[in-house]
Amino acid sequence: MHTVVCIKQVPDSAQIRVHPVTNTIMRQGVPAIVNPYDLYALEEALRLKDRYGGRITVLCMGPPQAEAALRKALSFGADDAILLTDRAFAGADTLATSYALAAAIARIREDMPVDLVFAGKQTIDGDTAQVGPGIATRLGLQLLTYVSAVGEVDPENRRIIVQRRAEGGVQVLETALPCLITVLEGLNEMRFATMADMFRAARHPLTVWDREAAGIEDITKIGLKGSPTVVSKVFAPRPRTTRAELIEAQSGQPNDLADTLLAKLFTKHPQLGRQIVRRSS
Amino acid sequence: MNEKFDAIVVGAGPAGNSAAYTLAKAGMKVLQLERGETPGSKNVQGAILYSDALERIIPDFRDDAPLERHLLEQRMWILDDESYVGNTYRSDAFNKPPYNRYTIIRTQFDKWFSGKVQEAGAMVISETTVTDLHMDGNRVVGVKTDRTGGSVYADVVILADGVNSLLAKKAGFHPELRPKDVALAVKEIHFLPEETIDSRFNVSANAGVVIEMAGKITNGMVGTGFLYTNRESLTIGIGCLLSDFRKHGIAPYALLDKMKDHPAIRPLIEGGTMKEYTAHLIPEGGYHAVPPLYGDGWMIVGDAAMFVNSVHREGSNLAMTTGRLAAETMIELTADDKPMTAKNLARYHEKVKTSFVMKDLKKYKDMPKVLENNPQFFTAYPELLNRAAHELLTVDGVEKKAKERSIRRSFVKSRSWTGLMGDAVKLWRAFQ
Amino acid sequence: MNDNTAAPPDKKPVRRRKLELDPRLAAYTGVWVFVEHERGLVHPVSRELLGEGRKLADILGVELAGVVLAAPGDVARGFCDEAISYGADLCYLVEDPVLAEYRNQPYTAGMTGLVNAYQPEILLLGATTLGRDLAGSVATTLRTGLTADCTELNIDLENRSLAATRPTFGGSLLCTIVTRNYRPQMATVRPRVMAMPEPDTTRTGRIVEHSLGLVESDIATKLLEFIPDDRRDKANLPFADIIVAGGRGLKRPENFQMIWDLAKVLGAEVGATRPVVQAGWVSADRQVGQSGKTVRPNLYIAVGISGAIQHRVGMEASDVIVAVNEDPNAPIFDFATYGIVGNAIQIVPALTNAFRQHLTTARLAG
Ligand SMILES: Cc1cc2nc3c(=O)[nH]c(=O)nc-3n(C[C@H](O)[C@H](O)[C@H](O)COP(=O)(O)OP(=O)(O)OC[C@H]3O[C@@H](n4cnc5c(N)ncnc54)[C@H](O)[C@@H]3O)c2cc1C
Ligand SMILES: Cc1cc2nc3c(=O)[nH]c(=O)nc-3n(C[C@H](O)[C@H](O)[C@H](O)COP(=O)(O)OP(=O)(O)OC[C@H]3O[C@@H](n4cnc5c(N)ncnc54)[C@H](O)[C@@H]3O)c2cc1C
Ligand SMILES: Nc1ncnc2c1ncn2[C@@H]1O[C@H](COP(=O)(O)O)[C@@H](O)[C@H]1O
Repeated sequence: MHTVVCIKQVPDSAQIRVHPVTNTIMRQGVPAIVNPYDLYALEEALRLKDRYGGRITVLCMGPPQAEAALRKALSFGADDAILLTDRAFAGADTLATSYALAAAIARIREDMPVDLVFAGKQTIDGDTAQVGPGIATRLGLQLLTYVSAVGEVDPENRRIIVQRRAEGGVQVLETALPCLITVLEGLNEMRFATMADMFRAARHPLTVWDREAAGIEDITKIGLKGSPTVVSKVFAPRPRTTRAELIEAQSGQPNDLADTLLAKLFTKHPQLGRQIVRRSS
Repeated sequence: MNEKFDAIVVGAGPAGNSAAYTLAKAGMKVLQLERGETPGSKNVQGAILYSDALERIIPDFRDDAPLERHLLEQRMWILDDESYVGNTYRSDAFNKPPYNRYTIIRTQFDKWFSGKVQEAGAMVISETTVTDLHMDGNRVVGVKTDRTGGSVYADVVILADGVNSLLAKKAGFHPELRPKDVALAVKEIHFLPEETIDSRFNVSANAGVVIEMAGKITNGMVGTGFLYTNRESLTIGIGCLLSDFRKHGIAPYALLDKMKDHPAIRPLIEGGTMKEYTAHLIPEGGYHAVPPLYGDGWMIVGDAAMFVNSVHREGSNLAMTTGRLAAETMIELTADDKPMTAKNLARYHEKVKTSFVMKDLKKYKDMPKVLENNPQFFTAYPELLNRAAHELLTVDGVEKKAKERSIRRSFVKSRSWTGLMGDAVKLWRAFQ
Repeated sequence: MNDNTAAPPDKKPVRRRKLELDPRLAAYTGVWVFVEHERGLVHPVSRELLGEGRKLADILGVELAGVVLAAPGDVARGFCDEAISYGADLCYLVEDPVLAEYRNQPYTAGMTGLVNAYQPEILLLGATTLGRDLAGSVATTLRTGLTADCTELNIDLENRSLAATRPTFGGSLLCTIVTRNYRPQMATVRPRVMAMPEPDTTRTGRIVEHSLGLVESDIATKLLEFIPDDRRDKANLPFADIIVAGGRGLKRPENFQMIWDLAKVLGAEVGATRPVVQAGWVSADRQVGQSGKTVRPNLYIAVGISGAIQHRVGMEASDVIVAVNEDPNAPIFDFATYGIVGNAIQIVPALTNAFRQHLTTARLAG
């Protein structure tokens, strides 16, 4: 079985700051990490490889520094890594991103057929959850999003069973390979690479593809040109209100603080007060 | 699998990077291990970089190193509770390239340095903690890591694992750190727009300011505070001896909060968004605390060897210099076809001794003790100095001579003549 | 908008210019809302979107349509009537047995078929697991732009384009996105951010039927089973009126019991921050925030929660926020309505008691 895992390098959004005046992102000192959701996808692919054998190719579109993300994936056990990097890809929205990634996967499968493609649920910078579905649609792969468990694979008959999170329950679905799966967080825990894997990852030659190497001829479909959506405005969230009104009590005792709060809630927010009373009866 | 390298460098701070870079540049097979997620990921704060030490390793570092501001102005403040007296040195000579000192953000700087190390050909592996040394009798032959199959071997292991080197301690190269030999420093980074910093500190075009602070902000403990300007942020922090924190039962962050609230400091950081908060140890034991620097198959460099000049707040330059000297020692021995025995590695000790590193540490060897035993430098004097300034600068019809008398009296009252003389002598000796 | 949203802060946002729409695309008209349903129930987000879609359609002076894809039967017709009562002028209906349960392939085919036949200018879907699955493949099939997970929609009257606003970088920033020379303009919208309109059952409208043209053997994916969430213990945070949430400040899993106790007295749902969920103190469906649920209760009590941006984006639309935190500088106090600075371990039991007493008295009185 040959699996392709799409991973993206993202700034650690927990450490992002917004410039107070210009509303631009201050990247100063913000580390780049592998999109956390993609690690679940990678681990799931590794587990399938443990069960059924085969090869894993990780694919990342990004600037040259994204090499670090691919090396990390290699250390966890991926067999090959491809960095898709070209100035022409810059400014891509999800449609253009999925076009480029789909083209690269099409190129990959010329050398070796691809049975499964994994992607993360979403990225933590874009948060769109669209690139996975976009790739599947372009390549004509069956699409399984929000997968919470990967079950049996029947490589012979080219079928796979997964559980997919839906509103109000879980769908158990069976589909045909090749397919694309985006996985939910928490369905596995990433393994800890061995020292030998670390050495292998450090020494592994990366494959770097520019636009041409990925077999993309039509430059109107990639980067800014290939992106139907454009950002017209970026701004900081409006602060909710001013700071909280601090509840104080002369005694400082918890009971008195609680009473003061309740008095505030029930007098200043009569509707809420009535609702609380109604619910509890 | 038992991989073998010429050298293993433990740690990817300034000391480890300098060693690994110098070795790899000379064609040695180098493995560098770092426990952080990436080199520098544990060192988020801002710091001062002294150009000279780095220039000797990477002469053209200015071309692409992430430097924040070059330093144009240095201020020294002695603070009382609501005032300070201070002096400022600003010179346009500092405003001409090549600049002598820069503020840097360690995460970025360490990452850049590590990139250079990798370009030079060393293998750098992160997220890997060295847990122990492999010994063959007295000889260090490799390291153990926390990864499965994690033993790696080398002719020399260079310990650059920073202050409180657990490895050196484990191997018995190094006694347990004494709380009075280390300072605990807490730092915060406050983000402010570049223009705000420029106008608040009266600088422009990437010039910056350092403020060193002493006095009542440390609550009578031995220590100092500092504030640096980065391009779009301020680094502010305070450090005191660990033993003092323990004795006084003060939480470091509470001390920093109080310092930030000082009327002279508050306006400088106002409106900033605080991002990082970090606490880190600084070796302050000085000359007397330096451990043995080498043995069969190993050398120790940087903070791990207590190479910090606490009086001048220099550390990274000593780290880089000792890292380089250790590497050069190994390169020379290899060229001479000599084995990495203790006897041969003694050459590293010689190099350190004749460099500024040891000479400076020796010069201030008594400083830690003087300060530790004389808390008046951090309590009475700041108060007296500030009161004196206040007295002199308040124009209230009292003749100046009377004011001077009153100032003199207050000094004597609080310290006695002999005390004052003694203090002066002690300090003078420590600086000699 | 993936990299577009990620990258632009460094670039200058594009200048608004008058859009010369391709005449082929200018023919696209009307606002559509996909009416999502599963297991016989319409998802509330669809009603919210019909309310919002009505506003957009009125601004543009066009019709609002619901889109129902379903198995044949009365239920499907009922969904259409409901869409009309919530503001639609008409409803497109594709009835086919293969649409009985949601699967990407037939739903994508149904939706793209309708769009190609009737050409709407705007197509809105809920940002649910179903909506985001479907929107991604529909937009790709149609080769048009899609703005995901929006929190605000407006019309830029100058060129009749949809200006969709969404959080990015985990909510640290908002960006407004427009779809240039492509139609329809698609967006998915988070549940609970648009107001729920009042239905008007006297409204009438047309139903336009369209056929799918797929048979079961065309579809590779089969539904073997649907395992409904166990209702008894199922958290239903997005629709809770009152939520009591706990964070790492509770220190120990045992202490989390206090949150349950307070919630019980208030008849509230229990929520949590990510570290608490990761530590296994409560189940993942109780996580509030960027990677958890977006909630909009009337009252949100945050206990031992710092108020990190990733948590904040999931709950700041709450009407009243009460925060209990021992650190007076905790960010949560920057946006809470009321704050109590103190140790949760002591404050929460006191709150539980106070509410219990108050409610007992109120009941006796009333
Ligand atoms: C608050 C503060 C302010 C300072 N300001 C300045 C300043 O302005 N100018 C200046 O020159 N100096 C300053 N210093 C001192 C300076 O930071 C240090 O002297 C310098 O960082 C020492 O470099 P190093 O490489 O020896 O150690 P470190 O920078 O501490 O690096 C050690 C590295 O080893 C890694 N490591 C540790 N143990 C292991 C292990 N077992 N396995 C693998 N990896 C390991 C660590 O993760 C770390 O990356 C300051 C220090 C502090 C705390
Ligand atoms: C990609 C990404 C996605 C994320 N998604 C989410 C998400 O969906 N939801 C989410 O919640 N987080 C999310 N996070 C994590 C988020 O960044 C914060 O780490 C998290 O919200 C903090 O949880 P906390 O407030 O419980 O813990 P902490 O930040 O540790 O805060 C604990 C608070 O409790 C206070 N406290 C301590 N003791 C007491 C006491 N005895 N009494 C009262 N107060 C006390 C402390 O002062 C502190 O403010 C995400 C992070 C990332 C990077
Ligand atoms: N530049 C990229 N390179 C590789 N994979 C990507 C890239 N962008 C998105 N992906 C994949 O698509 C998933 C969804 O991304 P998004 O639509 O941006 O939320 C991610 O979790 C990745 O698996």
